[in-house]
Amino acid sequence: MTMLKTEPSFPNPDAAYEMLVEGHRGVSEAESAALNARLVLILSNHIGDLAVLKEAITLAKKAG
Amino acid sequence: MAERKSVYQFGYRRSADQDSKSPVRRPVVIVGAGPVGLTAAIDLAQRGIASIILDDADRIGEGSRAICFSKRSLEIMDRLGVGERLVEKGVTWKVGKVFLGEHQVYLFDLLPEAGHKMPAFINLQQYYLEGYLVERAAELPLIDLRWRNRVSAVERHEDFVRLTIETPEGEYKLDTDWCLACDGARSKVRDCLGLKFERHTFEERFLIADVKMSADYPTERWFWFDPPFHSGQSALLHRQPDNVWRIDLQLGPDANPEEEKKPERVLPRLKRMLGERQFELEWVSVYRFNCARLKKFVHGRVIFAGDSAHQVSPFGARGANSGIQDAENLVWKLALVINAEAPESLLESYDLERGQAADENIGHSTRSTDFIAPRTKQERVLRNAVLQLAPHAPFARGMVNSGRLSVASEYDSPLSTGDEEVFAGSAKLGLPVPDAPLEDREGRHRFLLQALGADFELLYVKNGARPNVPEGIRLTVIGEDLFDREGLFMQRFGATPGSAFLLRPDHHLCARMRRYDGNRIRNALARAKGLAK
Ligand SMILES: Cc1cc2nc3c(=O)[nH]c(=O)nc-3n(C[C@H](O)[C@H](O)[C@H](O)COP(=O)(O)OP(=O)(O)OC[C@H]3O[C@@H](n4cnc5c(N)ncnc54)[C@H](O)[C@@H]3O)c2cc1C
Repeated sequence: MTMLKTEPSFPNPDAAYEMLVEGHRGVSEAESAALNARLVLILSNHIGDLAVLKEAITLAKKAG
Repeated sequence: MAERKSVYQFGYRRSADQDSKSPVRRPVVIVGAGPVGLTAAIDLAQRGIASIILDDADRIGEGSRAICFSKRSLEIMDRLGVGERLVEKGVTWKVGKVFLGEHQVYLFDLLPEAGHKMPAFINLQQYYLEGYLVERAAELPLIDLRWRNRVSAVERHEDFVRLTIETPEGEYKLDTDWCLACDGARSKVRDCLGLKFERHTFEERFLIADVKMSADYPTERWFWFDPPFHSGQSALLHRQPDNVWRIDLQLGPDANPEEEKKPERVLPRLKRMLGERQFELEWVSVYRFNCARLKKFVHGRVIFAGDSAHQVSPFGARGANSGIQDAENLVWKLALVINAEAPESLLESYDLERGQAADENIGHSTRSTDFIAPRTKQERVLRNAVLQLAPHAPFARGMVNSGRLSVASEYDSPLSTGDEEVFAGSAKLGLPVPDAPLEDREGRHRFLLQALGADFELLYVKNGARPNVPEGIRLTVIGEDLFDREGLFMQRFGATPGSAFLLRPDHHLCARMRRYDGNRIRNALARAKGLAK
């Protein structure tokens, strides 16, 4: 049973994407990678569910 | 760096066994007088079983290794008669701080619960522990400790093991019903049996130094990621007795171990850390850490315990602490088997329970080592992200891993009888029972663990007459033999009047019930002795 939501959650997906992009504007590649790492940790904790996290990792790997 | 002088020196003595024409047969021979072999011998002797300990050295003192001893180890040591001495000599600590650069990112306080005899942790040089154990062993006539006896060959037979032993006066052979291989990470016995010990070696090298200085640092564990005095790496500072301080400095994977041990390399590194303080180098070494375990610890009449059975990196202080628990888990079972009170198959539960513990310890120490020394660039990015978030977000503090300190393992064991009722409290099936402050009939203060016997024990909370317990169980009635004035026993055990708790000889809880039921107790006892079908 899949628990990871992959259906659209944001009524305005463009705004969400833009926000992420904005976060990375004007920073170096290393800073950007570090920012992503912090974001992943913050969002993982917010999800707080190992099964969902695992599905997310699997999906991310599969898509790459 | 000069070798550390020996702290304890012992002499080789010829044994009559060396003059025998054919090998003498003994019930138990223990190979290795490290913390694990000594623990096993003393525990066996206290259970009336004689053993011989063979050790290839004749001194204790070369190098310093373990410094952190856990509450569970201290409780076991207390039963063996050296616990109070260890605590008295050791440095009791409870606060750990983690720094990123110069800034503290995390603090833990082991906040020991009141009403336990033993503290959460002490720091003490391993040679003191070994020295005290050797002295305790010398008080017990059932222990024959033979220095400069090196085991060089092991022959396995159906119901005994034949050892070839080298001494300064030549070789002799000894037969034994049971051989406990407590001969450390480079176990000769393991090699002789041709057993695989597949290691995962961590690339990173660490400089470990013991430094003597009178410093004003508090008695806390300080761990730095990327400290100003040792850029890009990690460092640890922790106090030991005698004004000795343990310092670990991460060196990176490419460090040259021989070069790094030279005083001209070590001293400047330490000066950067310690500043103007005067210090003396007691001992220094460069390590690369391994994790490994034997697939099985019991091989017929040869049984492995401690580092010979499993090895961990030192982050979390799980080496000696887990080995001591191996010995205690094994010994009561072996004693029952030797005395024909339990089937040999009981020893499989040693394999199972301590195998679970080994996996848990390897898991913890691997995760700690990977956090301290990330294996790839990306891992490092993620690790640094945790450290950067730690001051800002509580969740990240929980992820900071500079070593998860050793606590007793909870056995998911066939020796336990499943609960039929619900119990609150910190006591749990498969865990050692928690301590509690009690009073005896004379009104004297007694800790629960001090009052427990060496055999199976039933703790019964008074509710009418004393129950008639089955043979082989010692009965203690709370409210008659011991009194729970502070109510902490009741709370920690989730007990109510009439509750009964069955403890194994290693004080792990193996059955409990709200009402004493002789049949259930009898069955639980049989199960815990490996007699259940
Ligand atoms: C830097 C460092 C820090 C550590 N810190 C901690 C810590 O804080 N807490 C902790 O719990 N653990 C720690 N450890 C681990 C701990 O030191 C070991 O787990 C512990 O010593 C294992 O005990 P043992 O009795 O199994 O083996 P050992 O202590 O290795 O003893 C084995 C004995 O067998 C003898 N022997 C070997 N071969 C033969 C032979 N063929 N014949 C006869 N005798 C033989 C040896 O002389 C030795 O006396 C640390 C280790 C290191 C390296």
